Amino acid sequence: MREIQLPLEKSLVKELTVGEELRLNGTIYVGRDQAHQRLTRLIENSEALPFELKGNIIYYMGPSPTPEGRVIGSAGPTTAGRMDPFTPALLDRGLTAMIGKGNRNQSVYDAIIRNGAVFLYAFGGCGALYSDKITSSEVLAFDDLGPEAIYKLKVKDFPVLVAIDCRGNNIFK
Amino acid sequence: MRTLKSQEVYIPLKDAIMQSGVVLPDDILLGIEKAKREEEDGPALSVLKHITDNLSIAGKKHIPLCQDTGMVILFVSIGQELIIEGDPLEKVLYRAVEDAYEKGLFRKSVVEDPLKDRKNSGNNLPPVIYYDFLPGDRLIIKGLLKGFGSENCSRVFMLKPTDGREKVIESVVSAVRDAGGAPCPPVVLGIGIGGTMDYAAKLSKKALLRKLDQHHPDPYYSDLEKEILDQVNATGIGSGGVGGKTSALGVKIEKFPTHIAGLPVAVSVNCWADRRLEISL
Ligand code: SF4
Repeated sequence: MREIQLPLEKSLVKELTVGEELRLNGTIYVGRDQAHQRLTRLIENSEALPFELKGNIIYYMGPSPTPEGRVIGSAGPTTAGRMDPFTPALLDRGLTAMIGKGNRNQSVYDAIIRNGAVFLYAFGGCGALYSDKITSSEVLAFDDLGPEAIYKLKVKDFPVLVAIDCRGNNIFK
Repeated sequence: MRTLKSQEVYIPLKDAIMQSGVVLPDDILLGIEKAKREEEDGPALSVLKHITDNLSIAGKKHIPLCQDTGMVILFVSIGQELIIEGDPLEKVLYRAVEDAYEKGLFRKSVVEDPLKDRKNSGNNLPPVIYYDFLPGDRLIIKGLLKGFGSENCSRVFMLKPTDGREKVIESVVSAVRDAGGAPCPPVVLGIGIGGTMDYAAKLSKKALLRKLDQHHPDPYYSDLEKEILDQVNATGIGSGGVGGKTSALGVKIEKFPTHIAGLPVAVSVNCWADRRLEISL
């Protein structure tokens, strides 16, 4: 088990190997289907993005409503494959890691290797557990999308497995 | 004739929905424990341990065990000697779903139009409802909170009548293999065999309503359930799809007569977060 302080440096990504368990500490960004579509549109129109991709992590997630006295509701990963069409462009612009569940397609896989990035697996269905690992949450952009908005999260002891490392070793194969 | 007030349906149904988003049925918990005992040290065991931790956090803090609290599917069996007084039954069912999602702080995951603008309906309505009739005066409602990470992996196969048992097994296993880690394995499989394309699909959902240890009464089919379970576990997909011994917790089959020219087979894939509910009034 390895403790990671975010942001995740590319030099550290090189050390990560498939199957390894990590605990993330720091800031991650949340985006899923609709947010990815919008990010892609912004990139195509050469417009500014709501956050810096370089060195950062996107977590594929759409939380349940926040109960009183909590930071966020249930907050586990969603299926990564749905973001496949949008991901290579983000990786090519410096995104360092994605967190989700399930395998990626060939073009994402290639883009991970090409960019020295990493795909991290969050424990699927464990929304209550992840809710407990999130210490702050704010909507950063696209708030009209509700649970599909882009959120900025601070996480502590956030457990993930290295699913596809920068050399292309894949836990799902 | 027996009379039931609509409120007598609304309250237990709403409560059952709220409960099922937070606490899993006992048979599923036992299945997860068994998988944990059988798994060797490694990523898959870590997945199972996190699942167990997750379940205890959800229960203690009363938050949904998974953020995808699903689309509601209800199988409503109405006794023919039963009168429901007050609001029309469907309205009561809708209200129970809406209020359970609101009070339980469940995520509303239903869009009004599947294609045009995909605007969230804002109340998780409508549920998918199947009605049938029963002799007597009972009302039995069974249901699922169906997550879509797993639902997107469900499949229908229109096999040839001569394809036989092997091809049925192969089709189901191929669906699970294609799904990999996406449906949050270990999965639970509901399989509908026979009928028409749509009816097989309905049966596959009906099969998911049974407990893991409720095997098909016909030994031919209970054997088939076991054989499919063994072959699915032999894929090595494992918990979370990270490789391991348990890829499925259980396989349940429902069958129906079909046409001489066909053999429909539908597979409904459910995640380990197999959120079932049942009320009998
Ligand atoms: S597949 Fe099931 S357990 Fe996994 S995220 Fe979806 S609803 Fe939750």
